[in-house]
Amino acid sequence: MAILTEDECKAILKKALSYSKADECEVSINGGNSANIRYARNSVSTSGSLSSSSMAISSAFGKKLGIVTLNEYTDEAIASAVKRSEELAKLAPDNPEYMPFLGPQTYAPAPKTYVPATAAITPAQRTTMVAQSLDVAKQNKLTAAGFLQNSDNFSAMMNSHGLFAYNTSTDINFSITLRTADSQGSGYATKDYNDVAKMDTLAFTKIAAQKATGSGSARAIEPGKYTVILEPAAGIVLLEQLYGSLDARSADEGRSFLSKPGGKTKLGDKLVDERVNIYTDPSNPDLPASTWGGDGQPQEKRTWIEKGVVKNLSYSRYWAQKKGVKPVPGGANIIMEGGTQTLEELIKGTEKGILVTRLWYIRPVDPQTLLFTGLTRDGTFYIENGQIKFPIKNLRFNESPVIMLNNLDALGKTERTVSGESGQSALIPPMRIKEFTFTSLSDAV
Amino acid sequence: MKRKDFLYLTGMGISASMLSRMTAMGTPVMPGTRMRDVDVAIKKRMADVALNAARAKGATYTDARLGRYLNQFVVTRDRNIENIVDTESYGMGIRVIANGCWGFAATDKLDNDSIARAAETAVAIAKENSRIQSEPVQLAPQKGYGEVSWKTPIEKNAFEVPMKDKTDLLLSVNDAAFKNGANYVNSVLFFVNEQKYFASTDGSYIDQDIHRVWPIFGVTKVDEKSGKFETRQSLSAPRGMGYEYLIPRDSDKIKSQTTLYRDRYDMHEDAAAAALQAAQKLKAKTVEPGKYDLVLDPSHLWLTIHESVGHPTELDRVLGYEANFAGTSFLTLDKWKTGKFNFGSKNVNIVADKLQPGSLGAVGYDDEGVGTKQWDIIKDGVLVNYQTIRDQAHIIGLKESQGCCYSQSWQDVQFQRMPNISLQPGKTPLSVEQMISKVEKGIYIIGDSSFSIDQQRYNFQFSGQLYYEIKNGKIVGMLNDVAYQANTQEFWNSCAAVCDRSDYRLGGSFFDGKGQPTQSSAVSHGSSTALFKGVNVINTARKI
Repeated sequence: MAILTEDECKAILKKALSYSKADECEVSINGGNSANIRYARNSVSTSGSLSSSSMAISSAFGKKLGIVTLNEYTDEAIASAVKRSEELAKLAPDNPEYMPFLGPQTYAPAPKTYVPATAAITPAQRTTMVAQSLDVAKQNKLTAAGFLQNSDNFSAMMNSHGLFAYNTSTDINFSITLRTADSQGSGYATKDYNDVAKMDTLAFTKIAAQKATGSGSARAIEPGKYTVILEPAAGIVLLEQLYGSLDARSADEGRSFLSKPGGKTKLGDKLVDERVNIYTDPSNPDLPASTWGGDGQPQEKRTWIEKGVVKNLSYSRYWAQKKGVKPVPGGANIIMEGGTQTLEELIKGTEKGILVTRLWYIRPVDPQTLLFTGLTRDGTFYIENGQIKFPIKNLRFNESPVIMLNNLDALGKTERTVSGESGQSALIPPMRIKEFTFTSLSDAV
Repeated sequence: MKRKDFLYLTGMGISASMLSRMTAMGTPVMPGTRMRDVDVAIKKRMADVALNAARAKGATYTDARLGRYLNQFVVTRDRNIENIVDTESYGMGIRVIANGCWGFAATDKLDNDSIARAAETAVAIAKENSRIQSEPVQLAPQKGYGEVSWKTPIEKNAFEVPMKDKTDLLLSVNDAAFKNGANYVNSVLFFVNEQKYFASTDGSYIDQDIHRVWPIFGVTKVDEKSGKFETRQSLSAPRGMGYEYLIPRDSDKIKSQTTLYRDRYDMHEDAAAAALQAAQKLKAKTVEPGKYDLVLDPSHLWLTIHESVGHPTELDRVLGYEANFAGTSFLTLDKWKTGKFNFGSKNVNIVADKLQPGSLGAVGYDDEGVGTKQWDIIKDGVLVNYQTIRDQAHIIGLKESQGCCYSQSWQDVQFQRMPNISLQPGKTPLSVEQMISKVEKGIYIIGDSSFSIDQQRYNFQFSGQLYYEIKNGKIVGMLNDVAYQANTQEFWNSCAAVCDRSDYRLGGSFFDGKGQPTQSSAVSHGSSTALFKGVNVINTARKI
């Protein structure tokens, strides 16, 4: 559906609340448009366009909650949905952990999450961006498989205590894999932005092409512990696992890598190398995020790890109340401070090591140590005396991001990247890590 | 439903609390009402609006999928019902071929004008994208079925079972775990009903009503003194069944180191056992790395089959359509064309199936209007076929599609998805006890856990829920910190025996992820317990 303005959202949410007879009621609405082109074998495969929206109505009596959603917004449909949510609330059992809805909140001014030019992308513009990418493939005698998607979205919420929040956003996401004609080489690049002006499908496809042509005839090396340089698209898939696990409740309950013997936690402890600083900041112009979260709590700048020390864990509103602390919502985005070196300088300063373009199929192995497994993919190279010497076969790793960040050797310049596993964007640097644990070889290209 | 939506809606993912962007993604819903029944004649009229509008704009083929997708979760945390969620999604997806190119558009506004506009958008996209297409889409012929219907053969519709029965069940399950020493318990009942109507310009009007269930729990035992903890997840399977799956039946139980389940699940019994076993895992011996013979229970082996046989035999992967995300396949066409490619030992017979009652893949027709069937994938260890859909069938010389097309909702485009891929039982009588009695140094693995495989499906690593050490034909105790790594072809060639049909069971998942944007598909994998010789086992214990 079309993007609803703040006033339009207010009007429709107020209308929904006007039908409420519950102790408290909260209504949210979100929607938008998205369109994509998917291509493979140097030709378009599938593509599509979607407009959709949804309203959620939550009604509560005491500690009983009922929730209904709908995507029809006539007076009759909304009134009926409100009534239904109240009937359900009366049927639901009491939840001792239920928290009443929040009162009015003050949010920082919205950063520039919405870029009109991204929302205005036409089908012809999308096709042209893909055509540029396909041209690179054909010129280099490579086979392209890629994906380009843009979207524009709105979200708003209001409750019977006077809370109101509204935001709009845009996104453009691109990923490209190029393979050599003999299937012996493969290269990859991915980017995600709010602003289409930053999305250069031609330049990013050229990077993938360089990796593909350079990765044929890969040599096998023995699995073991190696110095690695993780490009941001590779590093993020492990960093987000650490970041996503900074939860107070599981740590307090003794079932987290942050738990310590005797019922204590590692909050306040030095967990990783002192050069590691990880924080959230919705106002960062390179990674703008909404200044409010899904339950209406403000999203602010917050440090998670400072000089290697765990400074904050997320606390749900219930857990915060139980523990007598302030609630800490999960962060709106992930930012890790970097250094001053470029990727090329990091390579130059490496005596022996492995350059990793992408890590793939990341799965937890042991929550006690936050151990994960996965493999390198689409461009893995051996470095000797500061130079890329030859492509190597892919390797499986078993490693914990905690161990990895303790073995930190050097940080490059922070840049915006996107996780190929979760789809989340982040600002992180390329990282040089010592003694990264590879456990077996893979024949996959 | 996408896996991450599920994790969010159920609160089962610890990381969900840290990823606040996810809050805008899912919509916790609880309509509690059955979907408004729409008369099939009205559905046909709506679909015809799409078909006619696309044809008028120059489409040479059109299909329209009108869908209402219902999910229900009942979610507990320890002694509380944490969430009761119904999600409901209703709309139409329209796929066309124009200028020889695919186009797709979807709408949740279902008046005639909105449907026609979506059809026109799909045609416009197809025409625009035909600029960058190398060769026109070639569809395998498909006869129209006229007006037909199909329904999952359920005994008890889970959406009609009173909510109190469900909340009482889960709270008593959690209680059973607590009584046996658990510190924490999460449990979920997950029900799915896909009500979908398919119409195409081939002359098919197909009405289907598809049901699935999945009861799951996780039990945690904490040793506060040492700071160690262990979990044990449920040994249930997701099934294409109704609520009857949750009504225990003794004839469906198999007694082993723990009770295992065929077509009925005893959630209480499994939760009680899980609590005891989580405590045992805390004291279990850490594994000595090296080569072991592995005896793999179907509750574990389904996932190895899924990753190492199911995915590499998807024809779209083989051809490169998934190269940018899910990956390609080592089972290239040249290997298949030899007719001799030795995928596994003679004991390995693997069948693709969209018919098997009670399985997740069973439907009457796929999402491009093709009737479903069964066929061989691996025969006596040799690769004999793939899995495919209408626009790729001609590439392997097929005259018709194998009926493997699926979309997770009305708003996503349909594409090739895995049918049930199952290892056939051994033909000679063989029990698990007899199998174990012949193993000198081995590990008996029950339940699935960590899984990871490369993008061409050569190198994999798997873990389980329970590991029992086998020495000289006898189980001597429990092990911990086990993961096995192997190469797919070597692994399946090491398959020395498969137990007989009396041990055959289904495993599976609702969350097989593939495609961009990523879509989830539900799929089952059957097997009997199987023996693999000399597999490399690593020790996963580390210190932080």
